[in-house]
Amino acid sequence: MAVVYKKSKMLTDTPFHYCPGCTHGIAHKLVAEVLEEMGAEGNVVGVAPVGCAVFAYKYFNCDMQEAAHGRAPAVATGIKRVLPDKFVFAYQGDGDLASIGMAEIVHAATRGEKITVIFINNAIYGMTGGQMAPTTLEGQKATTCIYGRNPEVNGHPIKMCELLATLTGPSYIARGALTDPANVRKAKKMIKTAFEHQAQKKGFSFVELLSSCPTNWGMTTEQALEYVKTDMQKLYPLGVFKEV
Amino acid sequence: MESKIIIAGFGGQGVQSLGMFIAFASIHDGKEVTFLPSYGPEMRGGTSNCSVVVSDKPVASPIIASPDILIAMNKPSLAKFESRVKPGGCIIVNSSLIENKVTRTDVKVYYVDANRLALEAGNTKTANIVVLGAYTKISGVFSPEVMKAVIEHKFAKKPKVIPANFKAFELGYNL
Amino acid sequence: MKELMKGNEAIAEAAVRGGCRAFFGYPITPQNEIPEYMSWRLFEVGGTYVQAESEVAAINMVYGAAGAGARAMTSSSSPGISLKQEGISYICCSRLPCVIVNMVRGGPGLGGIQPAQSDYFQATKGGGHGDYHMLVYGPASVQECVNIMYDAFDKADKYRVPVMILGDGMLGQIMEPVELPEFKDLSKLPRKNWATYGDGTGEKRNIINSLLIEPDELEAHNKLLADTYAEMARNETMCEEYLCDDAEIVLTAYGTVARIAKSAVNILREQGKKVGLLRPITLYPFPNDAFRKVAEQDCVKEFVCTELSMGQMIEDVKLATGMLKPVHFYGRCGGNVMTPEDLVEFVLKEGK
Repeated sequence: MAVVYKKSKMLTDTPFHYCPGCTHGIAHKLVAEVLEEMGAEGNVVGVAPVGCAVFAYKYFNCDMQEAAHGRAPAVATGIKRVLPDKFVFAYQGDGDLASIGMAEIVHAATRGEKITVIFINNAIYGMTGGQMAPTTLEGQKATTCIYGRNPEVNGHPIKMCELLATLTGPSYIARGALTDPANVRKAKKMIKTAFEHQAQKKGFSFVELLSSCPTNWGMTTEQALEYVKTDMQKLYPLGVFKEV
Repeated sequence: MESKIIIAGFGGQGVQSLGMFIAFASIHDGKEVTFLPSYGPEMRGGTSNCSVVVSDKPVASPIIASPDILIAMNKPSLAKFESRVKPGGCIIVNSSLIENKVTRTDVKVYYVDANRLALEAGNTKTANIVVLGAYTKISGVFSPEVMKAVIEHKFAKKPKVIPANFKAFELGYNL
Repeated sequence: MKELMKGNEAIAEAAVRGGCRAFFGYPITPQNEIPEYMSWRLFEVGGTYVQAESEVAAINMVYGAAGAGARAMTSSSSPGISLKQEGISYICCSRLPCVIVNMVRGGPGLGGIQPAQSDYFQATKGGGHGDYHMLVYGPASVQECVNIMYDAFDKADKYRVPVMILGDGMLGQIMEPVELPEFKDLSKLPRKNWATYGDGTGEKRNIINSLLIEPDELEAHNKLLADTYAEMARNETMCEEYLCDDAEIVLTAYGTVARIAKSAVNILREQGKKVGLLRPITLYPFPNDAFRKVAEQDCVKEFVCTELSMGQMIEDVKLATGMLKPVHFYGRCGGNVMTPEDLVEFVLKEGK
């Protein structure tokens, strides 16, 4: 029988713990495929976050470090500085990266650390049960804003790509969405470009992936993907924000 | 032999480097020494002081309650430390900036017109070296040759200033 | 000939000679000479230096670099060390060897910038969350700083623990003659079979992690850490005894204060008083046996514990001596430092 699809060898055999309809699995697969295509096997260290992807160290088939909440870019900086010829990537969610870890991500970016950061933006704290995230949309409901995010009380959502693109250190900043095959293919291309920037030591590379969280959004998978395509993409437009 | 020295003055008067010259001379002579500077906001334009302990044996406490020798480069320093000098000890007073006389009678006092002598040496920045010369003579812990070797070594990168510093040292030493 | 070096700079140079190749720092008085020195020195020996955006980031950079097998360190002073506690807890659980220098200043809060010993509890009892310890040294001179720093990475590697050098503002600023050791040959160090060098895949991949979500797994890990600390206590405990053999009063102090106490002992001995000094060099593990032995001497009537704090090490002194003899306390704090004469006066008043 002909092999038509094969799991990337950059993923372990450990089954994902993610909820049905969650797009973390797709993001993992894309990162693993890109690493494999770039010949990074045996040549890469990944950094896992705190949040839903906390167990990422079980899934990526490479040396991994588990960072404290928000500190993945600092940990990745430490690794890359002593292993400058290895690929180093951090994989973070929106609470980890855009809230508690804001200082670390901004400074790793402005230093132009030659690392790649994959940023999963699903506009919610998933692991802790659906609290408001820094990227939660205006009006979007969460367990800590049950009537919907009210900017008067809760402030406004943060646009990370736009923010980081103002800095000199990054060489590649892009936002994709994991909503449909076409967007998934585009997202993979973005991830590949990001790692190529790292390979060429061009600068800090960053890919934000708009993702769905049907569990905490209280939606079906289809509704959740539709919400990403409509509401989320309106606030967080897709595209390349910086490329040098 | 153990000699405890407190040196105090304004920031910029070369108080710390005066202490360091004594510390370097100690190493040069194979003696043990601790040099403890004051640090922090008081360094910035305020008063500056350091404690130097020179000994034949390893120095225990770098903290000095009663110095054998006080070098007061300005008025507030004399006011602050005069009472702490050990009875029988000595005070070297920079009389260029301190018009008061030492009131204590149980210590030896040496008035050094350091700023005027520095001018005479040809470099106003050498007032601390004038005092270093006076200290070397008064304490008798180091030979003038050792001190001059240290001066030469410390200014090795700026050889042009060495003659004025030698002159300043001698003016202080020969008072 | 010996060189005259400032404590902070001597520690930095000794670290480089002992194999430090990665330093991550953040400015805070009174330890700034360490990052300043490392910022140019490490690049001369093929190492790396980052001025981090915060103490929090700096300790996590240490985590990353140590996890990747490098000899990595950071330094700070009290408020900055508090910020590093989260990272230190993770480092201890993940068993990452590294070195942390704390040039203590007075607290709590922003406190002052003058010398203190008020971080003893934080350094020796854990500091962050969870059940852990570091190997903590309290050097008393610039030369001792150099000697301890030079071997600190070897100790850290041996036990897979962070080593903390607990100094104070005086020790960082003081200049003394020192002899610097030769560079260690890093090419002779073995590969760390647990580190993430980036070449691991499949069965051979390594994971640096402090998340142990199964209670049995976490309990076993805590026991492993406890065993490590017990082994450290057997092998690494260091203490200096000075004139204790016939002493009636034994002063106890660590770090710079122990030198002030030693001068006090000398003054009291000149006056015919039988006084000695017991100085812990390792603060964790605490030299319990040496203290117990001295406490059991018949001649010893009492202890005087002196610190630049309101009384922290005294708790360990009481535990170690089993309260066989009374333990008096003399402390200064806020950046004030006692003189030998202050101690002499206290001992003459308390000593019966």
